[in-house]
Amino acid sequence: MKIEISKMLQKKKKQIIDLWMKNQMADATLRDDLISNEDLRSQSEELVDALLKKLTDENLTNIDSADFDDVYEILGGISITRARQGFSPRETGTYIFSLKDALLTILQQEIKNDPAQLYEATLKVSKLIDSFGIVTFETFIKGREEVILRQTSEITEISTPVIRVWDGILALPIIGTLDSARTQVVMENLLQEIVNTGSSIAILDISGVPAVDSLVAQHLIKTVSATRLMGAECIISGIRPEIAQTVVHLGIDLSNVITKATLASALKHAYSILQLEVRKKQLAQNSSKTN
Amino acid sequence: MEKRTMSMTTGPITVLNKDKMPVVKEQDVVPFRNRVKEYATKIGMGLVNQTKLITAASELVRNMLRYGNGGETLIEVVSKGRENGIRLTFTDKGPGIPNIDQAMKDGFSTGKSLGLGLPGTKRLVSEFDIKSIVGQGTTVVVTKWKNG
Amino acid sequence: MEKIPILKMGQFLLVTIQIDLYDRLALNLEADLVQMVSKTGARGVLIDISAVSIVDSFMGRIIGNIASMSKIMDAETVVVGMQPAVAITLIELGLPLTGVHTALDVEKGMALLRKKILVDGEEDDVDDDGADYGSE
Repeated sequence: MKIEISKMLQKKKKQIIDLWMKNQMADATLRDDLISNEDLRSQSEELVDALLKKLTDENLTNIDSADFDDVYEILGGISITRARQGFSPRETGTYIFSLKDALLTILQQEIKNDPAQLYEATLKVSKLIDSFGIVTFETFIKGREEVILRQTSEITEISTPVIRVWDGILALPIIGTLDSARTQVVMENLLQEIVNTGSSIAILDISGVPAVDSLVAQHLIKTVSATRLMGAECIISGIRPEIAQTVVHLGIDLSNVITKATLASALKHAYSILQLEVRKKQLAQNSSKTN
Repeated sequence: MEKRTMSMTTGPITVLNKDKMPVVKEQDVVPFRNRVKEYATKIGMGLVNQTKLITAASELVRNMLRYGNGGETLIEVVSKGRENGIRLTFTDKGPGIPNIDQAMKDGFSTGKSLGLGLPGTKRLVSEFDIKSIVGQGTTVVVTKWKNG
Repeated sequence: MEKIPILKMGQFLLVTIQIDLYDRLALNLEADLVQMVSKTGARGVLIDISAVSIVDSFMGRIIGNIASMSKIMDAETVVVGMQPAVAITLIELGLPLTGVHTALDVEKGMALLRKKILVDGEEDDVDDDGADYGSE
């Protein structure tokens, strides 16, 4: 007599959930600090529900069947939430694989008299759950990747502040390597700020840039050219001796760019363009003499 | 199986929307640019990338008018993994380009433009593909990813 | 046929481009402007492109042409108000518009034009709009 595995499992739903929960509770990787037992139970129930509802003896061996779309969706959801909540991949993996233990225990109880069928059923169920495990793992990585991507964009955002140092003068200290994606952000921020403040001079300080190769130099030159197209002048400051050396050795032409060794001298230059003058206040004694 | 491929930027390109537009005279250019802009805005492309895409479109459509006597454009909204983008196809039945490698070099031009048409355009988009058969015509396909 | 208006302000010509240009329109503007420079003897041309969202190589070339043509007719050209996205795109395209003066807005553009003419050292120009200098 051929046993219908799916029908049998559907009948045993309650036991499967109970057993699975028991397995989870007993496991050392249980994280009741991250998820309450009630939430865990409803999460587990939802998954078993979805799985058993769609499971037939035909799709049991076809892990790519569209019937499992709901299950994969729930799995994906669980995995992503867990990634965000700070579960380790092992914990999430164990969560799914402990379902296999529960299912296999039930199978064993039900088909104990027919080793050949038990073996076959075990193999099929194992394969299915393994595939679920892989999906959770992939989704877990995806969830983490999203976190990384968000952080990367945050870093790019905060690492390019545009400072208004004087009326009409902006400064942009660049810290870290300047790649093309970053240059894009720097340029956009700088040009937008030029428009917003109506500043006619921008100082790009590269003292925080570890190395300037021909690519970085090209990015800098692009930024300078774009600033000029807008009608503002761009000064590059913070040229350290090592940078000056590499620039010349690499044969990079910065002759069309105003460069200064320090931010202070760049600011001084900016003042002179704007025809401003910074003077030491005359002492009271002196002023009384001259007056 | 596609659905279960979780990698983000690799994988097949799916077309979400198609829009054909013939461009045969100069007056068609501005409506075409506007249509491209519409789609780019719809997928949430940033202003700078939008501007790059529309400028590239403008260059290519001019080439098509000038050297290929006009032709057909195709605007598609495409997605690859998690990234959305706009793909533009320009097809003309003009004389074709005999030497594409040469045409892709900065400073080369057969017409009275600045000679930075194709290489400049290539720098504005994420993906650039050109096929040309002398005597039959030229097809240029460019893709700009939303964040590319 | 659409036409881009050219305004005469003292010894300067002011062009504000409010619509997206197609090639014919840009070519007409080039021709009209050069005509106007000649007719009015203008010393400066100010092109406001703050409303322009696209400048491709053709339009970039037209702007360059206007600047060069005006220059040999003894007029300076200033392009003002370029949008950041347009500037970034032009640089990526490889068109830095060298030889064209730029300014952030019309006011700064006007100031730049006056300064350029002053540097040329023509005293009589200073008298013409001397009042304006006081306000700077």
